[in-house]
Amino acid sequence: MAEVTSGTLLKKGAEASLFLTEWHGRRVIVKVRLPKKYRPTELDEWIRRYRTAHEPELMHEAKLAGVPTPTIFLVDMANAAITMEFVEGKQVKLLLGDISKEQRQELCFRIGEHIGKLHGHGIIHGDLTTSNMILNGEGKVFLVDFGLGEKNTELEAKGVDLHLMKRALQSTHYEFAEECFQNVMRGYAAVLGEQDAKSVLEKIREIERRGRYVAERREEA
Amino acid sequence: MKRADEQYCLGIESTADDFGVGVSTFKGEIVANVSSGYIPEEGGIHPREAARHHAEVADKILEEALKKADIKSKDLAIIAFSQGPGLGPCLRTGATVARALASYLNIPLVGVNHSIAHIEIGKLATGTQDPVTLYVSGGNTMVTAYDCGRYRVFGETLDIALGNCLDVFAREAGLKHKKGLPLGAALEQLAAKGKKLVPLPYVVKGMDLSLSGLLTAATTALRNGSCRLEDLCYSLQENAFSMVTEVTERALAHTEKKEVLLTGGVAANRRLQSMLSVIAEEHDARFSVVPREFATDNGAMIAWTGVLAYTHGVVTPVDESFVKLRWRVEKVDVPWLK
Repeated sequence: MAEVTSGTLLKKGAEASLFLTEWHGRRVIVKVRLPKKYRPTELDEWIRRYRTAHEPELMHEAKLAGVPTPTIFLVDMANAAITMEFVEGKQVKLLLGDISKEQRQELCFRIGEHIGKLHGHGIIHGDLTTSNMILNGEGKVFLVDFGLGEKNTELEAKGVDLHLMKRALQSTHYEFAEECFQNVMRGYAAVLGEQDAKSVLEKIREIERRGRYVAERREEA
Repeated sequence: MKRADEQYCLGIESTADDFGVGVSTFKGEIVANVSSGYIPEEGGIHPREAARHHAEVADKILEEALKKADIKSKDLAIIAFSQGPGLGPCLRTGATVARALASYLNIPLVGVNHSIAHIEIGKLATGTQDPVTLYVSGGNTMVTAYDCGRYRVFGETLDIALGNCLDVFAREAGLKHKKGLPLGAALEQLAAKGKKLVPLPYVVKGMDLSLSGLLTAATTALRNGSCRLEDLCYSLQENAFSMVTEVTERALAHTEKKEVLLTGGVAANRRLQSMLSVIAEEHDARFSVVPREFATDNGAMIAWTGVLAYTHGVVTPVDESFVKLRWRVEKVDVPWLK
C-alpha cells in the first residue's frame, strides 16, 4: 500500500514510524509499525497486529474518559498502519525546560489529571513519557501513543504506569523531576481522591523496591 | 617489569560468583586479568558460600595477577575495588582485601560502581566513545546512556535480570555447568537447534521490561513436557532478547546516539549480538560488543574504572568504603566524561 509510506517522515521511532501526509484534504499522521527484522516473523507479526488493534481502541476509550487523544480515521491491519488526526502543538518534553516554574507546575498538574481520568476508567497508557504528550495551540494536552497500553483496573498496573512516568521524568528532566512528579500526583489525586492517590503511591514504592538496586530510593521514600 | 614512566592500578572484583583481580596502567593498558569463579554444587549462588570461596582464593589470585602484570605490589599506585551493587558477603570480602592492601601499601583506595565498570571496560576495549549501552548479566539488565554528568538509566528490568532468567530456566531444564562453559552457553547451544516458536509472554512496559512472567511460563511449559526442550530454549531466548532489543532501540531513537555497546555476561550470546547489530544498523549507529574476557565480571574493568575515577579526583577514604549493595548507576558522578 504505497500511500501508507508516502508523505514526510516525521519521526522514526523505535516502535513505529510517523508520517505526515494528507487524507481527504486533512493533514493526518499515519503511524506505521514496520516489521522488525531482529525478531522472528511470527513474534513480530503478533506484536505489530496486537498493538495496531489495541491502540485505536484505547485512544477512543481515553476520549470517553475525557482525555484528549488524536481522532482515529483509519486502521489498516494488513499494513499495521493507523491514520489519525495531526495534533499541531509542542511535545511536553521540549516545553518543560522553557516555561516558568508556575507554568510547569500547572502543566504537570493537568497531566496528572489526565492520568487520573485514564486510570479511573481502567485505561493504562503503558508509555507515559513527556514525548507522548502534546500541548496544542488551545492549551489542551493530548496524550498519544497508546501502543503499549492495556485495559486494566488493578492497582499494580496503575502503579507501573505512574512509575514509568516518574522514571521518564528522572531520565529526561532530572533537574526538576521530583517537583514535576509531585504535581502530577496532585493532579492525579484531584481526580481520583487522596485515598486512591495514596495507595498508588505506596504501590509505586513497592514496585521500586522490587526492582534492582534501589536502596537510595528507599531512603528517599 | 614496571616501566619507569607507568603507573598501575590494581582492581578487585567480587560482587557475585567471581573473584577477579586486574591490573591496568593509567593509560588504559590491561596488563593482568585473573579470576576464579565459584561454582555451586547445585542451584544458584549462595552468597555466603561464594564469599567463602573468594576469601580462600584471594591470595592466590592477587599473586597471579601481579605475576602476570610482571610488577611488584610496591609498584602499584592505587587500589580499586567493586563497592557495589552486588551480594553483601561477596562485596565485603573484596572490600576487606582492598582496604588491607591499600593501607599496607599506603596508597589511595578507590571504590568503583560495578555496573559503570562494565560500561567503561566495554568502551575501552571497543574504542566506543558515547554509546547507548545494554548491560545484561546475572544480576543486571539495563539500558544506559551518558547525559549531563551521569549515566542515565533509560530502561531496565522491573523484576529479574536477563542472565538470571536464562540461568534459572537452564537449571530447571537440568543443564549443567561444563568446564569453561557457563549455563547460558549451554542454553544458547540448545536454542540454536530450536525451530518452533512457542507462544510466551512478551512484556515491555514503556522503556522497561519484565522477565519473571516469561520465566514462569517457560518453566511451566517445560514441566508440562508439551514442547521440545530445544524449541523452548529458542522461544525463551527469542522473547527475552527481543524485549531487551526493543527497549534498547527505544533508547537509541530517543537519545539519537551513534553507538550501541553490548556488555555484561550475557553479551557473549551470539543471537543477542545479532539482534542488536540489526537495530544499530537501522539507526546508523556502530555496534560493538565487549570481548569475551571482559564480558563476565572481571578485575580489569574495576582497575580501569578506578584509573578513570582517580585521575579525575575521586578517592574513597577507608571510613567511607562501606559496600553499597544497591548502588544505582545514576547516583554516581562520572567526572571523566563531559
